[in-house]
Amino acid sequence: MAQAKASKSPRRNGHEPPADVDNLGVGPSPSPSLLDKAWRGLAGVVQRRIPRADLDERDPDYIREQLPLFWLLSSIWFRGEVRGLGNIPDDGPVLLVGNHSGGNMIPDTMVFTVAFSTYFGVERAFYQLAHNLVLSLPGLSWLRKFGTVAASPNNARKALASGAALLVYPGGDYEVHRPSWQSDRVDFGGRKGFIRLALDQEVPIVPVVAIGGQETALFLTRGERLAQLLALDRLVRLKVLPISLSLPWIVNVGDFGHIPLPAKITIETLPAIDLRAEFGPDPDVDEIYDHLMRLMQETLDALASERRFPVIG
Amino acid sequence: MRIKDDIAVAAPIEAVWSIIADPERVLSYMSGMTRWEIAGDIPTGLGARYRMLFRIGAAEVGGLIEVVEFAEPYEFAWTSITGLDQRGRWRLREAPGGRTRVELRLAYGVAGAGISGWLAEQIAAPSVSRHMHDTLRQLRRLVEQEQLRERAARRRAGAPGA
Repeated sequence: MAQAKASKSPRRNGHEPPADVDNLGVGPSPSPSLLDKAWRGLAGVVQRRIPRADLDERDPDYIREQLPLFWLLSSIWFRGEVRGLGNIPDDGPVLLVGNHSGGNMIPDTMVFTVAFSTYFGVERAFYQLAHNLVLSLPGLSWLRKFGTVAASPNNARKALASGAALLVYPGGDYEVHRPSWQSDRVDFGGRKGFIRLALDQEVPIVPVVAIGGQETALFLTRGERLAQLLALDRLVRLKVLPISLSLPWIVNVGDFGHIPLPAKITIETLPAIDLRAEFGPDPDVDEIYDHLMRLMQETLDALASERRFPVIG
Repeated sequence: MRIKDDIAVAAPIEAVWSIIADPERVLSYMSGMTRWEIAGDIPTGLGARYRMLFRIGAAEVGGLIEVVEFAEPYEFAWTSITGLDQRGRWRLREAPGGRTRVELRLAYGVAGAGISGWLAEQIAAPSVSRHMHDTLRQLRRLVEQEQLRERAARRRAGAPGA
């Protein structure tokens, strides 16, 4: 019954009504084939698994109690090092824009969230946008208590309007599954929506540059053609079906979880950018994008030059 | 987790107290501290609040603390308001030969964190202990150097007793 109600909801998880699950691009056949029915069934299951967006699910007490565990993981397993947190304004809404690495296990997000939560305290509202698939993976419901909500413009607006700090990864699934040999490359895939969001909400952008996540497995390919062939974009908003070598699967197709290698993760937080103060009252989105890309790539180059060996750091 | 350390400083108790009680000088001897600022209208004394952070492992931990005991020149104790649960104390006592025994105590933890909290406390302990050890030595150096400078200044001025 609950599922039936959820599926009729006009808006799920902060998204506008999703791409028509009943139309997966296999043609308006009056009598769908067995394959069509299977796709529709799978799409329905995935869509139902995606939790509803609710900023109120963030639980400061839960975060506080879990911080020691994640501090242990961050300190011992990933030897995390987060620099420049003082560059983030002490209060008020702020859009933290990061390059994303490490596949669906999001090690860089974990290291940054621990550092942010201890630096500013769990009392400061902090949300992270994540791909639907991450939120719908079994066993990851606790992410919502940490303030993770599905990546959508509506959720982003709501979080910033509430005065919170919001971490977004514009490169998303495209960047996080790039091959490991592109570890030192910032690649947002031309996605600029976050700039319009910052302008609309009149919040500063703080670039967050991370390295090391792409060494937690050997990511081989994004598998874009495979994803296209399987219509994953319409099914689960996935443009990739990554293939990697990782534990314990050895060959990991789709990355529905793996044990990350203990790669050292270093994160540099850059000074806040007031877009209108720096780019004028009517700023050009492309100009801002190019500036940010240059800034973040230069920082990533500097972080990459500090590393002597993969994984070891 | 409770950790304590102590040291003997070759200076009168008032000289040590004047540095410990001055929030402007904390960063000059506190080891591992990455942030220290006065939070609120009371800069020093009972009820003064400070925002402080230490780097421990992958994170800067700390939070807002408040001075809950300020018995000049013997006891200076604080407790946490937000962030990591902590209680700390400077305990100063006169020692023979015009010296001062300085003891620094710290109890910390995260209530409700269970086994992972206990494990994190144990793993962080050597680092916290090292910071406390270094803090006491830096404090001793600071106080004793000031004593030397004061004596030299009095000598230059030809003051009696220099």
